[in-house]
Amino acid sequence: MAEHSDPNAPWKTLSGIGTSAITAALFLFFLQYIPTIAAGEPVRWVIPWIPSLDVSLSFWLDGLSLMFALLITGIGAMVMLYAAKYLAGHPQYDRFALYLFAFMLSMLGVVLADNLIALFVFWELTTFTSYLLIGFSHADPKSRRNALQALLLTATGGLALLAGFILMGVSQGTFEMSQINAAGSLVGKEFYTLILFLVLAGAFTKSAQVPFHFWLPNAMAAPTPVSAYLHSATMVKAGVYLLARTHPALSGSDLWIWILSIFGAVTAVFASFMALRQTDLKQTLAYTTLMALGTLVMFLAGSSGYAITAAMTFLLVHSLYKAGLFLIIGIIDHATGTRDANVLGGLKKAMPITAMAAAVAGLAMAGIPPFLGFIAKEVAYAGALEMHLWLFVVPMALIAFALMFAVAGIVAYKPFYGPQGDLPHEPHEGPWPMLLGPVVLGTCGLLFGLMPGLTAFYLIEPAVNAVMGAPDTGGRVKLWAGFNLPLLLSLITFALGFLIYQKHLALRERLAQIEAKSPDLDASWDVFLDWFVRFSKGQTGLIQTGVLRQYMFATFAVFAVTVLITLIARGAGGVQFNLAGLGLMEWGISLLIAAGTVLVLLTSSRITALVGLGTVGIGVALIFIAYSAPDVAITQLLVELLVVVLLALALLKMPYLDKDNRQKHSFPNAVLAIAVGALTTWVLLLVVDQPFDRRLTEFFEAASWTQAFGRNIVNVILVDFRTLDTFGEIAVVLIAALGAFVLLKGFRASKEEEK
Amino acid sequence: MNSIIFTAGARLLVALVFVFSLFMLLRGHHLPGGGFIGGLLGAVAFIIYSLACGPEETRRALRVSPEGIAVIGLGIALLAGLVSFFMGDPFFTGQWYWVGGDSYETAAFSINSVLVFDIGVYLVVLGGILSLTFAFEEET
Repeated sequence: MAEHSDPNAPWKTLSGIGTSAITAALFLFFLQYIPTIAAGEPVRWVIPWIPSLDVSLSFWLDGLSLMFALLITGIGAMVMLYAAKYLAGHPQYDRFALYLFAFMLSMLGVVLADNLIALFVFWELTTFTSYLLIGFSHADPKSRRNALQALLLTATGGLALLAGFILMGVSQGTFEMSQINAAGSLVGKEFYTLILFLVLAGAFTKSAQVPFHFWLPNAMAAPTPVSAYLHSATMVKAGVYLLARTHPALSGSDLWIWILSIFGAVTAVFASFMALRQTDLKQTLAYTTLMALGTLVMFLAGSSGYAITAAMTFLLVHSLYKAGLFLIIGIIDHATGTRDANVLGGLKKAMPITAMAAAVAGLAMAGIPPFLGFIAKEVAYAGALEMHLWLFVVPMALIAFALMFAVAGIVAYKPFYGPQGDLPHEPHEGPWPMLLGPVVLGTCGLLFGLMPGLTAFYLIEPAVNAVMGAPDTGGRVKLWAGFNLPLLLSLITFALGFLIYQKHLALRERLAQIEAKSPDLDASWDVFLDWFVRFSKGQTGLIQTGVLRQYMFATFAVFAVTVLITLIARGAGGVQFNLAGLGLMEWGISLLIAAGTVLVLLTSSRITALVGLGTVGIGVALIFIAYSAPDVAITQLLVELLVVVLLALALLKMPYLDKDNRQKHSFPNAVLAIAVGALTTWVLLLVVDQPFDRRLTEFFEAASWTQAFGRNIVNVILVDFRTLDTFGEIAVVLIAALGAFVLLKGFRASKEEEK
Repeated sequence: MNSIIFTAGARLLVALVFVFSLFMLLRGHHLPGGGFIGGLLGAVAFIIYSLACGPEETRRALRVSPEGIAVIGLGIALLAGLVSFFMGDPFFTGQWYWVGGDSYETAAFSINSVLVFDIGVYLVVLGGILSLTFAFEEET
């Protein structure tokens, strides 16, 4: 595997240790807020950004965002340390560390942002950084393709989300999520259905719900630390976070309950079967992550205390054990050179610490007491029994959890205690920077389970309160809840799971056969993309002909048609020509302009045509002088001069005008030219017909001296009153000049290449 | 162009036009002129020179590439806007500093961000047009 490092390479680099240390510091920073938040006092920081649009950089720290922030920074710090060792000596490691750190900050932004627009910006930033990380092995076309797939899917969902956020913000009169939630449920209000669908589109693509699930297993093309961090513990949970965050405002309707229950349950069950089918352990974990996401979405469908508690507890425990297991797979891969479940076995002796960590994570995953995973499963069954669609949800949860039990055995038990396989390398224990993460995470899973009261009080219940939007009774997270239905269901899960584990090889065969016959969404994606590219190519070929004359014709034709439609729609009337007031000078200038135009039309020499056009320009400048606008006149004259010089330089290199070609197009050209001319004249006469509004003129006449100390109004407007416009204009001048310069240079370079 | 009269005359003309362009730039606040007009005139000066002596010679006379001049101009214009930002005013508010007095009437002269901005405009127009012209002239 190319992603592997040289074990002897130095790993204590600034980018590795530095990013890890900053992230750990952030973890400690958030840790100190635990008592405040547990006491039910959310924290809010606001930095005004675009006050006129009600966009501000506001952050909101409540139980939900605190839990996410702690997971992001805590797991982040360990993953960064792990990656420093895992990718030590990789030529592009520094770049990797930068991406990972940027991702960590964006993800933190997502869970802390209170303003919806800010949340969206951070949301898209996680998409981009994830794209960079999935495509990190950019020499591999498969990795590039998978990165692009993830980007396109999640960014499309992100755009839907933006539309949903804007609708929500505009209809509620505020873009602060905390205020929207505080104002109560949106169910039944204007735009509710549309908002719900748009937000769900964003959440489901990000959290990979069926049928948008296929990008997530493909995203495993990223180096293992990325999979552990982004595609299991944090980024894919952004969709779940969003559903939890908008829960007070959007939940409770039939639509919410049905959509979330069904999509979540189908994703969970489908993914757990797929997990069993895989032989690559990393792919197995990828599908179990999907299963977890589905389960979380399913429980967020409910509004009862147990359902939400189940979602939050499972969220916490899953992040702990899944990140740990991914890191462990990375260590195994590192040590043995393979991730194949059929080959791996008997690693316990060579890798005792890894085996311990894996056992702890695996027991949490399987939901064995006294791990937090067991409590999560108990609460989950209690929650499922309380849900509206319990007849559907409970069996689905049972199947998913039983399969999870079996998969935990495959991932955490078999490689270490199973029969010895034929390994590519002699296995060895992982180095400490890589072991730290799995050990700490596994210990947390055990400690939290042994101290359910404290965990619930400081972490889970504040989060539940935030999701419910109201203080909850609490006290549901217990290691021993008595003999009840959830316990019975747990026992059934264990029995069923054990059975599945015993038969998993045969089952895998069956599943592989079924998979071979069923439609492949991933392949359809390629077909879809292919058609899409073909469509845009055809469409581009149709519109972008590359013939300048056609572009000009289209531009002026569109102009003529839109002006005409506007004039007719607005009921514009006729205008009067009053030629009586014209003096000799006006007639003279008009004749000069007309003569120039006729010359352009009749000549067959480009240079003569240019002179004709120049005459027209100078005629216009004369009009400006006649009506005392010296600034405009000078500019017009100079521009005319320069245009003639520039065009003359260009024309020297062009062939003579082709008379035949010109006559072929002369009729439509003439019609269009006359139409544009007539319409423009009409519009101008209509404008002149109106009484002239002197308010602006009077303001500038009065203010340009007193406020801007200038007597030349035109210049004062340009450099003082309307400076930002002028700045935009000169930026355009620069860009146009650079663009033309590059085009001409590139033209020359390609010609030289031909020689 | 191989006319001796033009080449000889151009040297004189260029200096005159160029000085005139600076004059137009500086007087712009009160009388017709300003950065746009000044920049166009400056470009005319160097185009005359380049027609007479060729673009290579003109590039040497300019010392900085025209694209560079344009970019520097945009930077100067931006700086003129940022000054007001640091003074606590909205972006691009004109900043005036009176020398020898405390108002326009009593001061001997003023240092202000508005002129700096206009110089930026001048440089962008000059550099932009010259880079276009050179691209055409050198394109063979």
